Amino acid sequence: MLDINSELYRKMYLIRMAEENIRVLYPDDQLKTPVHLCIGQEAIAAGVIQPLKEEDQIFGTYRNHGIYLAKCGDTNRFFGELYGKQTGEFRGKAGSMHLSSPETGFMGSSAVVGTTIPLALGCSFVNQQKNNGKLTAVFFGEGATDEGVFWESINFACLKKLPIIFICEDNDLAIHSKASERQGYKSITDIISKFDCRTFKSESTDPEVIANITIEGINHIRQEGGPVFFHLKYYRYLEHVGIDEDFKAGYRSRNEFERWMAVDPIKLQREKLLNKGLSEESIQEIEKTVLQQIENSIEQAQQAPFPANSELFQNLYV
Amino acid sequence: MTQILSYREAINLALSQEMERDPNVFVYGLDVPDHKSIYGSTKGLLEQFGSGRCFGTPLAEDAMTGFALGAAINGMRPVHVHIRVDFLMLAMNQIVNMISNFNYITAGKLTVPLVIRAVIGRGWGQSAQHSKSLHSLFAHIPGLKVVMPTTPNDAKGLLASAIRDDNPVIYLEHRWLYDITDEVNTEPDSLLPLGKPYSLRKGTDLTVVATSWMNVEALRAAEIMDKYHGVSLEVIDPRTIAPLDYEIIFQSVNMTGHCIVADYDWLNCGFSAEVAARVSETCFKSLKYPVARIGFSTTHCPTTRPLENKFYPNAIDIIRKTEEILKLNPADLSNEEFYTYENKFKGPF
Repeated sequence: MLDINSELYRKMYLIRMAEENIRVLYPDDQLKTPVHLCIGQEAIAAGVIQPLKEEDQIFGTYRNHGIYLAKCGDTNRFFGELYGKQTGEFRGKAGSMHLSSPETGFMGSSAVVGTTIPLALGCSFVNQQKNNGKLTAVFFGEGATDEGVFWESINFACLKKLPIIFICEDNDLAIHSKASERQGYKSITDIISKFDCRTFKSESTDPEVIANITIEGINHIRQEGGPVFFHLKYYRYLEHVGIDEDFKAGYRSRNEFERWMAVDPIKLQREKLLNKGLSEESIQEIEKTVLQQIENSIEQAQQAPFPANSELFQNLYV
Repeated sequence: MTQILSYREAINLALSQEMERDPNVFVYGLDVPDHKSIYGSTKGLLEQFGSGRCFGTPLAEDAMTGFALGAAINGMRPVHVHIRVDFLMLAMNQIVNMISNFNYITAGKLTVPLVIRAVIGRGWGQSAQHSKSLHSLFAHIPGLKVVMPTTPNDAKGLLASAIRDDNPVIYLEHRWLYDITDEVNTEPDSLLPLGKPYSLRKGTDLTVVATSWMNVEALRAAEIMDKYHGVSLEVIDPRTIAPLDYEIIFQSVNMTGHCIVADYDWLNCGFSAEVAARVSETCFKSLKYPVARIGFSTTHCPTTRPLENKFYPNAIDIIRKTEEILKLNPADLSNEEFYTYENKFKGPF
């Protein structure tokens, strides 16, 4: 059993290296699914999910690899799904963009911006009615706050005091459009705080900081009722969809990237572990285990069969 | 046990029985618990089951539809109610992009047992935005079930089945049907199967496949055809339009050799086109005349009564089309009464 900081590092390293492997494998054209990589963003997935209980439920977006691996962690079903194989989480029907893991509480993601936000309302309502203590966390990009459904959902969650953590992951971009080109206000948290909703904001890439905010949010929900709203900044290292850098496109500068690279979450957390006295060998042991897991899962996925043609019509109706 | 109930009472009974049976069933939507209670269909549910299981919502169709999906995949059985189907257009993203495919893209790991009730059709001077049916839109989407009952007994039995079904069901109720009374099987477990048509009137000369209110018009047309021409119409109500077992329709057309589809929707790319295509493909050798279609005029519904009358199809359209197909001289209908807002059919069937 790893201590909290080692576990946070392991989770982030798993996410980072799973995606770095996707970048290596993608040119082979065997992963026939659009990928929205979350490299640079790992501290949010790891930090928010770490303090949640196993039975708590989450929702995400098409940029979901991080929260899948942090919540579920099963790289066999993960790579199986990306390869479109029978062994995938959903036998290849979901691919990257609609990946989730209902058995481990990752209840859904979607490829249409904002669409899982109201699902968190219904999910959370059930938990409130059954008084089962489960929390719902919904991750969405800042671009989703442009959508009407976001405001409808915040309003309803506040009205019913639903036990939801809204996690607004802000890289300033809705695909390639900056917030300043889309919004008639300066601060989303200022506005949300006018609802009956406690807000938190952070620009930290330290998963321990994010985890502590989450613990504070959870305590607030337990004591005062929900919901709570997190505004978390990060930087998307790669293009919106795909495996490459896109600084040459001209809509953002490499300088900006380098400023964020200086506080890269994986790098910071590794340094933190060393500072806390964990040996280089122990860290390498964690890394080796993760890399071996990924390698095994990729090999298994590559060798797995595709689903039978009859699968096309399976699960259309119950 | 049977009882004479109105369509609204039949819906109300199905809701209260299902809520009684299963604590996971809840009913919600704008104005659901208010004094008008959606034409009386949700009357008493708040008092009987409390505000946790019967509640109103903000004006937020998009989020409130996603809410249903979230509740359904987490173990409950929501029934979301809309006083006009036209308002469901605000929820199409959730219905088409999310609800219809959530069972599919999770390879069956999540099921979506939810019902969306919506009131369709003609009122009184409602013009273009409170007057449609739109069932063909929903029926186009795989993964949804689309139910549109005509009789009070079907309203009760099909709503109970819809609530117990593990798939998302769009359940469409015509406003003018609310006052109809008929014998209803009131047993709590009196379910009717989704996807099976029902022959409302047996006949031998021509098959009319009619949806929702058009069954009332078709039955009136059948009376008149019998009276003036001695012609016997069979009237088949699909009751569920998607997915639908067409076998009963094919058997009827193979017997009569003639088919009119009287749909309560626009014709273009609509349910009537689907029925006509399938009947033509399957019953080609039996058909003595091309399948005919009757539906909304290819325009919008206007307010003013004379034009509103021209917009909606009715019994006279079915009579005249039948006469044309069977090469009969048009009957003089000047002494016959037909249904209007003021002179609605009140049942029983």
